[in-house]
Amino acid sequence: MSNSSVDDLVEAGSEYHAGFVTDVESETLPPGLDESVVRYISAQKKEPQWLTEWRLKAFAQWQEMREPKWAHVHYPPINFQDISYYSAPKSQTDGPRSLDEVDPELLRTYEKLGIPLHEQAALAGVVPDPAAIGTPAGANVAVDVVFDSVSIATTFKETLAEAGVIFCPISEAVHSHPELVQKYLGSVIPQRDNYYAALNSAVFSDGSFVYIPKGVRCPMELSTYFRINERNTGQFERTLIIADEGSHVSYLEGCTAPMRDENQLHAAVVELVALGDAQIKYSTVQNWYPGDENGKGGIYNFVTKRGLCAGPRAKISWTQVETGSAITWKYPSVVLRGDESVGEFYSVALTNNRQQADTGTKMIHMGKNTKSTIVSKGISAGGSENCYRGLVRISPTAHNARNFTQCDSLLIGDQCGAHTFPYIENKNNSATIEHEASTSKVSDDQLFACQQRGIETEQAVSMIVNGFCKEVFRELPMEFAVEAGKLLEVSLEGAVG
Amino acid sequence: MSLLNVSDLHASVVTDEGAQPILKGLTLEVKPGEVHAIMGPNGSGKSTLANVLSGRPGYTVDAGSATLDGQGLLELEPFERAQLGLFLAFQYPVEIPGVSNMEFLKASIDSLARARGNEQPNTATFMKQVRELAGSLDLDPAFLKRGVNEGFSGGEKKRNEIMQLLLLQPKLALLDETDSGLDIDALKVVAEGVNRYRRADNGVVLITHYQRLLDYIVPDFVHVLSNGKIIESGDKSLALELEAKGYAWLT
Repeated sequence: MSNSSVDDLVEAGSEYHAGFVTDVESETLPPGLDESVVRYISAQKKEPQWLTEWRLKAFAQWQEMREPKWAHVHYPPINFQDISYYSAPKSQTDGPRSLDEVDPELLRTYEKLGIPLHEQAALAGVVPDPAAIGTPAGANVAVDVVFDSVSIATTFKETLAEAGVIFCPISEAVHSHPELVQKYLGSVIPQRDNYYAALNSAVFSDGSFVYIPKGVRCPMELSTYFRINERNTGQFERTLIIADEGSHVSYLEGCTAPMRDENQLHAAVVELVALGDAQIKYSTVQNWYPGDENGKGGIYNFVTKRGLCAGPRAKISWTQVETGSAITWKYPSVVLRGDESVGEFYSVALTNNRQQADTGTKMIHMGKNTKSTIVSKGISAGGSENCYRGLVRISPTAHNARNFTQCDSLLIGDQCGAHTFPYIENKNNSATIEHEASTSKVSDDQLFACQQRGIETEQAVSMIVNGFCKEVFRELPMEFAVEAGKLLEVSLEGAVG
Repeated sequence: MSLLNVSDLHASVVTDEGAQPILKGLTLEVKPGEVHAIMGPNGSGKSTLANVLSGRPGYTVDAGSATLDGQGLLELEPFERAQLGLFLAFQYPVEIPGVSNMEFLKASIDSLARARGNEQPNTATFMKQVRELAGSLDLDPAFLKRGVNEGFSGGEKKRNEIMQLLLLQPKLALLDETDSGLDIDALKVVAEGVNRYRRADNGVVLITHYQRLLDYIVPDFVHVLSNGKIIESGDKSLALELEAKGYAWLT
């Protein structure tokens, strides 16, 4: 009898559609990191003195720090001197220009990935191909594109400018809006916050800068697309989003990288600031190269993301779909300082083969009547390890704070692991904290129930997994939700051979 | 020509202590338009028969054959058997959280249509049809938006199985103790559903422990399964005799 039970299905590797390399001439720093490298990066970007010093201070702090070892992930020691800290396509060394002047080879790369760099195409709506899965395609999305260490293009700048929205590479904002950058850079995540944040603060290359003026509802979705291309380079982008009082913005982030045998480091920092009554919705579909089925290669994704609800009734919402990377170490957090502010975290993290993920969130309640919601869905397949780690802290000042946490794990096969590490620190007895957790398996019975109704095995698994993630997908912007579903399907290809 | 032909079937259940033979030479023929009831004491192999025919993991076929419409079943994947027209109404319908009933039914009907080279039904028409069916089985249409069997009562789960039977219109329906755990009203609804399904060109194999379902679904044949074999066959009167005397006089 030929049966496909769940156990039989957990085999072989999945296909990674974004794994090609772009052949462009690049200026890449030789591997190694010292003060001169930090100065070189700063000089390349013609940065003002204060920023150079800010970087150097971070570098000095980083040198005294140790890599965090508490995460439930295992990997050989990283030699930070083997990494190149700056790489830019040669044709772009003069900084971003208009879209017409972007190197055609680069444009082709993004075409292949399905990223709409032509505003025309974006308006008409772009049909995504498999490589584009996990990337924001479709109408009415303004895109900033970061290729290795530099931003190469930002679309819809004029449309946004009419609304007073600033959306540009952070390297540009340093010159065009120095007062905003200087005020907010490092205000949510200080340079010495943690090892990788300190490293990023010293060597960050580029990233996006967003400012939404008072009372403005951003007229379109904003999006940044990150791509690592060059071999042996790290990517250290830095994103800063400021929503002034009463403003609204929804921001999407997508990531891919070529398939390479060696591991590559990605240590980004994302800071969000929501002033009174402002709302920021930040969605990520992370599809960095996860390595092959034996765990060779793949991105080390060590990312610090934090938002500050600075004023009353501010709201910050993180939604993430994490399917890529060999190792993920990431805890998008919200500091709820304003009274009645709201923090949300919706996450799907899928690991397959040899991937390891240690991800979750921190909700720091400081203001009165603050409210946070955490919904985390971890899916483990193959021989992977998937771990939720979350902190809910209620400070003495946070009267009547509320938190609801729901943490579900789904196992596919019996070679993988799921772990949950919830931390709750409550210093105010008026708080309400709820925690729900569950672990389940895609059972042979569920699979058989679908198959008995004629549904083929792969579709059955993807349907069951999608059902498991439904509460999170509901939070994603429409076009992203569809992509996220497809991405799960592709990422599970190996698990349902 | 027979619809279902099971010949000298030997099958084992796979356990931690190794394979344990359950079916020991079972033969059964179902012609179009017929309803066969399979009765027998616990552990006689009734559910194993349904599971082996539909391809549930955890069993091995040791000898014998089974065909549906002349096509061999036992080498096929479970979904291929379903695509051929074999339907199993589950004894314990499983929950699939987050996958709505409607979504599940659409995936099912589309897969079957694709496999058979038919056009997939129009979504709006399909949804209307499903809602009507649900209503006819006393199921609140709101349940179609809920996850498959998620939080359903025992009776709702069984009626859901019957709704799927009526929707998918298979060639052969295997009903595995669909009557278990139902009160008399639910039993009547289920039986009425099965009677609506019956046609001259399809067949039903009704696995049941009790005679009472057969008051509502009148079988053409009744078989007694014991120790992995059919030891007695007859018409409806055999079921009444079993009800009166129990199984002991046969074994």
